[in-house]
Amino acid sequence: MSRKKNTISGTISELGELGAFSAKFFRQFFRPRFEFSELLRQCYYIGYKTLFLVGITGFIMGLVITIQSYPSMETFGAESWLPSVVSVSLVREIVPVITALICAGKIGSSIGAELGSMRVTEQIDAMEVSGTNPFRYLVVTRVLACILMTPLLIIISDTISLYGAFVGINMKQMISFQLFLNQVFEKLGFGDLLPSVIKGFFFGFAIGIIGCFKGYYTKKGTRGVGMAANTAVVLSTFAVFIIDLIAAQIADIFHFT
Amino acid sequence: MVSVNRLQKAFGDLRVLRDFSLDLHEGENVAVLGKSGSGKSVLIKCIIGLIQPDAGSIIVDGENVAGLSNNSLNDLRLKIGFLFQSNALYDSMTVRENLEFPLRHHAVKTSKKDMDELVMEALTNVGLADAIDFMPEQLSGGMRKRIALARTIILKPKIILYDEPTTGLDPITSKEISMLMLELQKKYNVSSIIISHDMNCVKLTANRLVMLVDGTCLANGTYNEMQQLEDPRVKQFFD
Repeated sequence: MSRKKNTISGTISELGELGAFSAKFFRQFFRPRFEFSELLRQCYYIGYKTLFLVGITGFIMGLVITIQSYPSMETFGAESWLPSVVSVSLVREIVPVITALICAGKIGSSIGAELGSMRVTEQIDAMEVSGTNPFRYLVVTRVLACILMTPLLIIISDTISLYGAFVGINMKQMISFQLFLNQVFEKLGFGDLLPSVIKGFFFGFAIGIIGCFKGYYTKKGTRGVGMAANTAVVLSTFAVFIIDLIAAQIADIFHFT
Repeated sequence: MVSVNRLQKAFGDLRVLRDFSLDLHEGENVAVLGKSGSGKSVLIKCIIGLIQPDAGSIIVDGENVAGLSNNSLNDLRLKIGFLFQSNALYDSMTVRENLEFPLRHHAVKTSKKDMDELVMEALTNVGLADAIDFMPEQLSGGMRKRIALARTIILKPKIILYDEPTTGLDPITSKEISMLMLELQKKYNVSSIIISHDMNCVKLTANRLVMLVDGTCLANGTYNEMQQLEDPRVKQFFD
């Protein structure tokens, strides 16, 4: 009973610390000096280095969803609706969430492990001694890079997934790319893309801040580094689903659905 | 140069420093001896402002470290070099970038040309000018220590705090690092606090020894004076 109580109070206390860490991010974000070159470097690592993985996953998602939806649509003689139905579900829900989960796995773990290892090898202390604000240099740049790059990755992955859907449809029937696009944009509009991009900013923030939080406060040596990387992935994956749930409710309230 | 007065620091129930006092004079090298976990590293991290003490005062070059704002603390840190036990080289940066880092971030107005000269001077001082474009992972333990030392001295500090400078090195490399520390002290007239278990390093480099036991200063004197003490807690270090 007391162990359960400790777990609950430990979780609440950690959530409080995460909240304070996020507040510190916003305070430090508006203070000079801004580490622009480090931000660019992080954008390169977080955006460019994840592009291939996100792109290939987007293509497979588009292909698989189309192949799996085709028989049901065929039963009702609604094959011509397939491009619009698939594209809406891909752009609104599947691609943003899958992209965010990939980012949580790849970026969240890498940030957690990198900062954790910097903490245990005293590199963060060395930065402080060198006159640098390590929070601004390491945390602000990484979280900001995640906020900027995740929506961009979602847009790219959306585009590639639509091409995957086109390939999927062509495996069952012949359809020109022009006709496919016409059918897609009959139903798919800016109102479908916007919520997924906005969600992307929040996904990026959650992945970045959780990865940094777990890494920045790593303890217990190399074992702590492994734990930081692991819990960063678990927590940011969980956060992605929570944000998605909240976003669905908000979209419903504001009639984006 | 440094005056530590009745310093106290506890982590939860563990009282690491209890009324510890220490003075470091200009041009002097003081070695702090003590068992692992006795609070030696905590002491020098308090001096440079990485850890906040619970009570007591630390005066560095006339300024009380505890009362300084972040900007003033950064200015004070220009006068203090810190050699970390793990070297703390930034492993995503080359040797050159590691050495440039304090120059770029300490708000020191330095042109690119001056920066290159300072980097080369620091590397030449430690005998590793050829390693300028290496990554830390390409260096041996002794080389990493030298590079860390070069980064410590690049801002020409008045005081250097050494946290176990020879730990994990073979006896020959340890002696080389100790000689290098002496050489740099003479060249730049720095004062140092050396945390070490390595009695050969202490014998070579320190003018005075301070024994930290149970959070307080148990004994204080030259190497020879300390060697004569009968207290078993001191004697065990010299046996």
